[in-house]
Amino acid sequence: MTAPQTLVDKLWSAHEILRRDDGESLLWVDRHYVHEGSFHAFNKLSERGVTVAEPGLTFGVADHYVPTRGSRRDIANPEIARMVRQVEENTAKHNIRLFGLDDPGQGIVHVVGPEKGLTLPGLLIVCGDSHTSTHGALGAYAFGIGASEVAHVLMTQTIWQKKPRRMRVTVDGATAPGISGKDIVLAIIAHIGADGATGCAVEFSGSAIRALSIEGRLTLCNMSIEAGARCGMVAPDQTTFSYLKGRPYAPAGAAFDAAVEEWSMLKSDPDAAFEEEVTLDGRRIAPVVTWGTSPEDALPIDASVPDPSSEADENRAKYLRDALDYMGIAPGKRLTDIAIDRVFIGSCTNARIEDLRAAAAVLAGRTSKVPGLVSAGSTPIKRQAEEEGLDRIFREAGLDWGESGCSMCVGINGDLVAAGERCASTTNRNFRGRQGPGARTHLMSPAMVAAAAVAGRLADVRPLLAGRKV
Amino acid sequence: MEKFVKLTGSACPIDQSNVNTDQILPARYLKWTRAMGIGKVLFHDLRFDAEGNERPEFPINKPAWRNPKIIVAARNFGCGSSREAAVYALCDHGVRCVIAPSFGDIFSGNAVQNGLLTATVTDEEASEIIDALTANPELPVAVDLEQQTVVCGNRTYAFAIDPVRRTRLLNGWDDIALTESYRDKIAAFKSKDQTKRPWAIPAANP
Repeated sequence: MTAPQTLVDKLWSAHEILRRDDGESLLWVDRHYVHEGSFHAFNKLSERGVTVAEPGLTFGVADHYVPTRGSRRDIANPEIARMVRQVEENTAKHNIRLFGLDDPGQGIVHVVGPEKGLTLPGLLIVCGDSHTSTHGALGAYAFGIGASEVAHVLMTQTIWQKKPRRMRVTVDGATAPGISGKDIVLAIIAHIGADGATGCAVEFSGSAIRALSIEGRLTLCNMSIEAGARCGMVAPDQTTFSYLKGRPYAPAGAAFDAAVEEWSMLKSDPDAAFEEEVTLDGRRIAPVVTWGTSPEDALPIDASVPDPSSEADENRAKYLRDALDYMGIAPGKRLTDIAIDRVFIGSCTNARIEDLRAAAAVLAGRTSKVPGLVSAGSTPIKRQAEEEGLDRIFREAGLDWGESGCSMCVGINGDLVAAGERCASTTNRNFRGRQGPGARTHLMSPAMVAAAAVAGRLADVRPLLAGRKV
Repeated sequence: MEKFVKLTGSACPIDQSNVNTDQILPARYLKWTRAMGIGKVLFHDLRFDAEGNERPEFPINKPAWRNPKIIVAARNFGCGSSREAAVYALCDHGVRCVIAPSFGDIFSGNAVQNGLLTATVTDEEASEIIDALTANPELPVAVDLEQQTVVCGNRTYAFAIDPVRRTRLLNGWDDIALTESYRDKIAAFKSKDQTKRPWAIPAANP
């Protein structure tokens, strides 16, 4: 009888090549995703005059710098054009499959991986991007790494890691209509803090998590990094297997059935122990928005922003004052009284087909009071949305319908929120200047962004859903 | 990689929690190579206003702290984006050590790859050091990685660091050379794994 194991333990031991006496393990990497930002690492390979160890397990995308409007081929900004060209050259040189600008499969790396069936249960996946935690939604062990580690993986297909602590976040109880994976994860981050899961591999469990679609789970795991987690994951189940069946890079036929049999064992044993346990009541989660400059600054939409003068802890009061000052919000103001200037629906967090449908369900037959941009998570999702007529709903509401890329989440590809402007956004970070220098970001679900667009201010989506199919 | 053993020098307090890597190095500088002078744009948007004028209230703009070897901050320093260039910016500005109650996980991993020490103290200790430096900006701070101590004025604090990272910093180890020495073990794992988990290999040319 072996000791009961958590999902994290099982994934870890399947990839452990060796463990040194000091506790550091060398792990095998099943998938390595690279993008424009990986140039530092490719330069390190050039300096050493070496090639990529496993080009067949390495996949590239163009996403961070690609324009979402105007010509994608004749990029006006020469620096941005150089960034896109660089990933094309580096992947070509090393014989790596690239989902580049001209590829019908192009999109955001954390959308493309699952969509293509490259991301599978039981895999260890790395990428030089913190939101690599996304892929854990399918039961993978997936985490973001820095440029030196990207170079190391390119050269060896392995990575040194110390086993993280194990945390289980359980959300039980059915969530109310209009509540999405985004509301759940923002509620979790508000509860445990932006460093609440630092050093931990997080397994999400409970009936509210099981009830989420793969899209919802991807959003959930995507933002586990915003609680400081090394990675987030959901044990694969029938929802996972149905999602994966028929995807191009996934096993097919009998090989798929055999894989499902093994993937079905990827779950925590009943008595497995976690170093940390967190529980939330799914029934009590209301639509959540952020008011400050960290994802932990999140509250239910019917609340008011904090008032530093009623805060006893001096450090906390200073933090609140600084955040409110940057955000240009008066202390104690009701969230629903905060007017917005712009909306953005996109990013690796919330730009999958279900996200676009949720926003469109609110916007259908309504007009946005503010300008905004919708950028699908991938080119295939963009096409699918167009087949479903969602693009028409967005356009008729007055929003722009762009191409796919990281767009207004990263502030490096030309899509920016102007200084002082307030944006209701489906993205993952409300950091100062994240969407552009001086930009003010409120994070929320796609449905809540749509509600904010209709109201011209932060708003509760629930009344807007009355009588509508969601 | 440069070894880290001991360090004494100017320490700049940044009394903010959740200082993320977007603040350490704004995303628009991620196109830069290191040779372009990434240290010059460290904390750019905190240091300068929209017109490019220095914000006098930001600590690193104060005379005593313009070229700090050490930064002392509140919890969750380096959270957010995995950009290693945030570490390059700190190192190229001359910073070799950050003292804080907690760090972003990817940031502290990137730090050790570049010889930058992330020294973990308690919230109270970080506040105390920040207060001492605010009261006396010239106060030098001494960091000793072998002893795992920070000396600030007449106080000595023990700091925490993962023992593996400590050893790496003390020795200035290069990961890749180390991994290459396990080449046979990696090859053996790969061959066995392909039989054990055939589904882990992506379908060819779908």
